[in-house]
Amino acid sequence: MKLRRKITGWFVVGITSIAAFFIVGVIIFIMVDIILGGIGLINWEFLTTAPTEGMTAGGIFPAIVGTVLLVLIMSIVGVPIGTITAIYLSEYASQKSILTRMVRFAVNTLAGVPSIVFGLFGLGFFIQFVGTGMDNILTGGVELRWGQPNILWASLTLSLLTLPVVIVSVEETIRSVPKDLREASLALGATKWQTIYKVVMPNSMNGILTGAILAVGRGAGEVAPILFTGVAYYLSHLPGSLSDQFMNLGYHVYVMATQSHDVEATLGIQYATTLVLLVLTFILNFSAMFLRYKIRKRTIR
Amino acid sequence: MNTDNKKTTLLKRSFNLPEFIAENTIKGVSFISFAFIILIFVFVFREAMPIFFPKEKVEAIEEEMTQETYGEEYLSDYAKSMIDKHDKTASVEDAQHDIGASVKNLTGSEWQPVSRNPKYGLLPLIVGSLKVTLIAVLFGAPIAILAALFTAAFASQKIKEIIKPTIEMLAGFPSVVIGFFALVVLATLLQNYFGYEYRLNAFVGGIALSLAVIPIVYTVTEDALSSVPKVLTEASLSLGATKWQTALFVVLPAAIPGVFAAILLGVGRAFGETMIVLMATGNASLMSIELFEPVRTMSATIGAEMAEVVFGDTHYNVLFLIGSILFIFTFLLNAIAEFYVRNKLMKRFGGR
Repeated sequence: MKLRRKITGWFVVGITSIAAFFIVGVIIFIMVDIILGGIGLINWEFLTTAPTEGMTAGGIFPAIVGTVLLVLIMSIVGVPIGTITAIYLSEYASQKSILTRMVRFAVNTLAGVPSIVFGLFGLGFFIQFVGTGMDNILTGGVELRWGQPNILWASLTLSLLTLPVVIVSVEETIRSVPKDLREASLALGATKWQTIYKVVMPNSMNGILTGAILAVGRGAGEVAPILFTGVAYYLSHLPGSLSDQFMNLGYHVYVMATQSHDVEATLGIQYATTLVLLVLTFILNFSAMFLRYKIRKRTIR
Repeated sequence: MNTDNKKTTLLKRSFNLPEFIAENTIKGVSFISFAFIILIFVFVFREAMPIFFPKEKVEAIEEEMTQETYGEEYLSDYAKSMIDKHDKTASVEDAQHDIGASVKNLTGSEWQPVSRNPKYGLLPLIVGSLKVTLIAVLFGAPIAILAALFTAAFASQKIKEIIKPTIEMLAGFPSVVIGFFALVVLATLLQNYFGYEYRLNAFVGGIALSLAVIPIVYTVTEDALSSVPKVLTEASLSLGATKWQTALFVVLPAAIPGVFAAILLGVGRAFGETMIVLMATGNASLMSIELFEPVRTMSATIGAEMAEVVFGDTHYNVLFLIGSILFIFTFLLNAIAEFYVRNKLMKRFGGR
């Protein structure tokens, strides 16, 4: 009886540990495969030149610039809105008011909407509704400028997608600011807004930064929402204005791997681009993890 | 924050303009996120609606026609009215014909949107999505749950600190990277092993998709397992149960609602995921339940076809309809998961 129990115990521990190490093994396998496949091609030239010869040679510079600009505009719009929403949720909202419940519900729902649906929304709302409306007002509908896919609409779509990431991260940090600090400020006669602005916000900077980094990490890797809101297969020039289209690392990988006429010949470029994208998201995620670790330490103290 | 509100009323602070502006701006901005959820509903459905209300579409076209003539003032009134009439009748007839054909089509079993006689049967796409999702969850969820059990109950602190961040890191992989890996490496590996005919098929897509499902199921399950009160495990251990008996018969049953929610969230993630299935499933809209045949999912259909359709076309509207279905489905899954967890877990652990 005792032996049987022991054997079952080994079996249970064995099978669960196999599952855990299997996942870790697969992750390491993917990473090693992509690193080995891509590292040989990566050099300064690859990162700083445009694709040449029908995208079968050359670098990925325009895709890097496009991705960076995309997430930059996305953060400029999304981070302030997310931060303010988080301030509202943690400082102003009484937990039972209808507005609070609506906003919370919206944040939870936003986080669960498939990214392709965000793309549809970007097309239906930003391009067809707002963009076409702007064209009609600005030029009387003669010139097609805003009513077509461009980097602004793609960025706005992404900022909506990453809004929950920012909100959750900032709210967590604001809640970790000790109550004593707030009360001390209020007791000294500061108003509520003054307290938030001068005491709570400076103490939450790490969290806002974490939220922004996480959002950028997410936004840099998303392809589905920008498929038809502004990304382009190949552009000979870098985006110069908000109404220009752009190239993107993730989309570059997708197009090269599925729609290029000679997939085999560009395999090296595909691997290298994937590696660049992966390294970019990793750097972002790790710095977010590090900042978050610092915040957690403060909460425990 | 309730106490703060009371304090302000007690102090009877006089009206303060900056304070007023700050508070209302914050309120207004945070309302934006709510407004956008409504807008997503409205706009995704709005673009899908013309399929169900052909009349509205006809009217919309009429409206468009009349609007477009505003810019052509150099034409004589007569010429204008002639052109107008001609265009209008032609396109209205087109629209009616188009719609009559499509509504019947929606429940059909053929998806051929780009042909002389377009067929918009959604059935193969729905079956495709369900098939791939099922493979992904059946393969991914058990592994993720077992792994979560290992980290929560058996692993030493040191091993836990390696496994947990690594699996969480997988959640940070852009889906296009997983799709690329599936397309280039996994597909060949699996084909060599199983020896099936088509390199890209539902099976490869499902396995690749499980890489996106695993981190979600793992994280939520792990959370649920480690939030089971220590009192329970200690009671079990002190009664003489072994570590694995406690894990299997005390901790796991107590966390079952969390595990259930984790699986639901995993299903939602798999169902809505686009890039992985777009790259790894072969994208042929076959109506079959064969494991190793190429398949086309709903999300991949939108991703592949939306860039090429004409705005306002029936095809365009049908793609939005597919988007609406995706939206409703994932929305319901998330709502059920959250509701279920809140009610069951809260009750079980008394307001925790």
